[in-house]
Amino acid sequence: MHIIDRRREGGKSLTNRQRFLKRSKKLVKKAVKEAASGRSIKDTGKGGDVVIPADGVHEPSLRKGRFGGRRERVLPGNKEYLEGDRIERPEDGEGGGSKASDGGEGQDDFTFNLSSEEFMELFLEDLELPDLAKRQVMGVEDVIPERAGFQSSGPPTSIAIGRTMRNSMSRRIALKRPREGEIEIAEKALAKLKVDDAPSAKIKTAQDKIDTLKRRKKFIPFIDPIDVKYRRFEGVPQPVARAVMFCLMDVSGSMDKHMKDLAKRFYSLLYLFLQTRYSRVEVVFIRHTHEAKEVDEQTFFYSRESGGTIVSTALEEMLEVVRDRFPADQWNIYAAQASDGDNLPSDNLKTVSMLQDVILPLCQYYAYLEVGNDEQQRFRMSGDEETGLWRAYHHLVASGGDVAMRKVKHRREIFPVFADLFKKRETASEAASA
Amino acid sequence: MTAQEKVKTDETSQNNLLFEEADWDAALIDKVYNAIDEIAIGEMKLEPYPSQIEVITSEQMLDAYASTGMPLFYNHWSFGKQFAYNEAMYRKGYQGLAYEIVINSDPCVCYIMEENSATMQTLVIAHAAFGHSHFFRNNYVFKQWTDASGIIDYLAFAKSFIAKCEDKYGPDEVEKVLDSAHALQSHGIHRYPKKRQASLAEEADRERLRREHGEALFNDLWRTVPDKEKKQVTEDEAILARQREILGLPEENILYFLEKTAPRLEPWKREILRIVRLIAQYFYPQRQTKMMNEGCATYTHHRIMTRLHEKGQISDGSYLEFLHSHSGVVMQPEFDDQRFSGINPYALGFAMCEDIERICNEPTHEDLEWFPDIAGRGNHMEVLKDIWANFRDESFVLQYLSPHLIRKLGLFHIVDDSEEDEIEVAAIHDERGYLKVRRALSRDYDVSRADPNIQVSDVDLAGDRCLNLTHYISEGVLLDADDTWRVMRHLCNLWGYPVALREVDPNGKVVEKYVLDPEDA
Repeated sequence: MHIIDRRREGGKSLTNRQRFLKRSKKLVKKAVKEAASGRSIKDTGKGGDVVIPADGVHEPSLRKGRFGGRRERVLPGNKEYLEGDRIERPEDGEGGGSKASDGGEGQDDFTFNLSSEEFMELFLEDLELPDLAKRQVMGVEDVIPERAGFQSSGPPTSIAIGRTMRNSMSRRIALKRPREGEIEIAEKALAKLKVDDAPSAKIKTAQDKIDTLKRRKKFIPFIDPIDVKYRRFEGVPQPVARAVMFCLMDVSGSMDKHMKDLAKRFYSLLYLFLQTRYSRVEVVFIRHTHEAKEVDEQTFFYSRESGGTIVSTALEEMLEVVRDRFPADQWNIYAAQASDGDNLPSDNLKTVSMLQDVILPLCQYYAYLEVGNDEQQRFRMSGDEETGLWRAYHHLVASGGDVAMRKVKHRREIFPVFADLFKKRETASEAASA
Repeated sequence: MTAQEKVKTDETSQNNLLFEEADWDAALIDKVYNAIDEIAIGEMKLEPYPSQIEVITSEQMLDAYASTGMPLFYNHWSFGKQFAYNEAMYRKGYQGLAYEIVINSDPCVCYIMEENSATMQTLVIAHAAFGHSHFFRNNYVFKQWTDASGIIDYLAFAKSFIAKCEDKYGPDEVEKVLDSAHALQSHGIHRYPKKRQASLAEEADRERLRREHGEALFNDLWRTVPDKEKKQVTEDEAILARQREILGLPEENILYFLEKTAPRLEPWKREILRIVRLIAQYFYPQRQTKMMNEGCATYTHHRIMTRLHEKGQISDGSYLEFLHSHSGVVMQPEFDDQRFSGINPYALGFAMCEDIERICNEPTHEDLEWFPDIAGRGNHMEVLKDIWANFRDESFVLQYLSPHLIRKLGLFHIVDDSEEDEIEVAAIHDERGYLKVRRALSRDYDVSRADPNIQVSDVDLAGDRCLNLTHYISEGVLLDADDTWRVMRHLCNLWGYPVALREVDPNGKVVEKYVLDPEDA
């Protein structure tokens, strides 16, 4: 009998698991998107459980159907039945005729536990940032140290041991420092001479030789300070791509919880997406009613404000923040505006001109997301009822402004809209057609 | 209950416990193994394979589940699916893990989980390394169909062959073939040994016997009986008949047929079909003997644990722990119980083995009447070993399910005919019903009845090369239509030309027809 401990060997299932993932990719992708929509903005990218329907990865076989025909069964635990009794056929499952589920049948949906990389990869597949080549703004040059030869001074942590020892060895050879054991050999020879009663002259020369060696060893150190070399680093400036994302949102009374939720989902997607493309992503939240203010995330999404709606105030605020902290030559600027489409009619003109003249040239990308809800839709009867802001932006787009516009009414539309905005395309020009 | 042997007093008087704590290490496993060996080999005279005990983690156990327990297996997404499924069930707590997995190989590989307590490890070793292993080594179905010493090597070959194919032809291509092969796995089994080619000497011998027989029966009168019009067979028909003979039709092993004759299959694909087919064949005996095999192993571990306790080698506490686990394993919920999901093979197998022991040692009048050959014979171990060697589930039930046990389990037989409004109780556990119940249960265990009877009936070689399959409907149960269409697609992939499947009722009427052209597939 042998006992083998296999515990250290770990699992063998990884390959099969990856193949299964690949196989059920479409289903998993769909599930990932659904799972993501139920999460908060910061958690969107984390891994976790996703559930896919079992029949999507069904393995067929030639087997008998579950219904029809004549079936016999033997069951345990008879209590009251007698031969010839007739029992009503049960609706479903046990106690009666239908066979208990046989392999593959009746399996529940699958739950996948995905790592966050797996999750993100599936989540953001097939998306890319538009027009990156056109305005790839590099951020402040970060300095990254790179190896650049050796130097004779430096911190102890960067001693180049190999180089140091090489120097030491060549110096020792050149100066004829006695090698390891050389003195001992000489001493042994001397002792032998003494024992053999050799002529005293010979003993003396041997003794002298030993003295010389000892002196050499004393004066020529194993490692001299001039041997020691340090690794030298040179700071190489490296452009770092970084981005700032402006979230602009109308928080006036007409924006209900549902609409804010839609906006939030859109922002979280954008945030995640930018994160995968830039090493640094800053987020600025600007909310506005008839006046605008930069706030933190919590306030942005959850506190209520009341007042009128003037969109241009938010744009002004944004401009100020850009001027203050995010100079356009150092940052990639992305902006996403969410609104229910209400705006003070007289402000539309100002908004459009601000966008066209100042904001759009600054931005890498400007998206306008008009959120609504289903009831509203039904109320207005016709679907193509356009809000003032929408019309205004539409004009802007028609005259060449680069604004991506989409309408969203339901949670499930968020991802398609997002994916549509960022899908890989040959020409980035028609980005803004609604 | 067990006829317990007299406990020698000196056995219990001294403290010879194998272990007192739940912890264990390799040395303890060794000690436990030897103690069990003493009982299993020394007292019960079992003949298991030598064992190889492998300690694994729960994750590795899930792994093993996914690859049908085998230590090495080729890669395929369906195993990943199994893994995901079991893992989810396990993590949610819907399903515990098996304490062990045992492989029909020589030496017999037993996986034991690291989480098990010392008592559980003892139980598991008794169950797997002795019970199952004895069954694998001695049962005739396993002897006939599996090569225990070669399986691991074959799996290693299969794995490397398929990996090589993946390198050469791409994982997607290989996956396609495997998908198709897996879909037909249930019909990739030889249910009967192939006819052996007779040697020349045998051929001559048979010819001689035939002649002698003819001479012995010679009667000149036959000459005067007019011949049937023999010339009826046209040349075309003769060619067709010859063709069918060469192709070996009809053939129920669809994978085998495809492997040998599919016209468009590349050699490596044939080899993959062969691998899938042979592995399915290797597992076929396990399907046929599931209940007996578990019964044998459960009876063995129960006996061994009881003896260990009697000999004072395990403490009362351990024994209770064992009984708790054991009674969970052999629990049979009744048909109206929520937990009921068919007859528990452990429960029935164990109950039948115990019952046979009772019949051997303390038979009733009824037993003497029903089982004259074993009732009151004593020496139940010999009887059980003989039964374990020479039966499979179906024949085991048919031969040894006693009226006593039918009553005890309250077995009853129902017939559910879709043409009637109600289910009929055909037989219950009474004098008139015993035989009927027994026969019905035995049929339930007949694996060849569970799978639909599908055969390759013809190939239209002169026409469009259409492969014709026939499903011979029994009891009016048709194939599952969704699945059948999917399998048809796989069949088309492998065959490369149109495939047709007809479902034929006992009167020869075609009830349902599936036809698929590879162009549409």
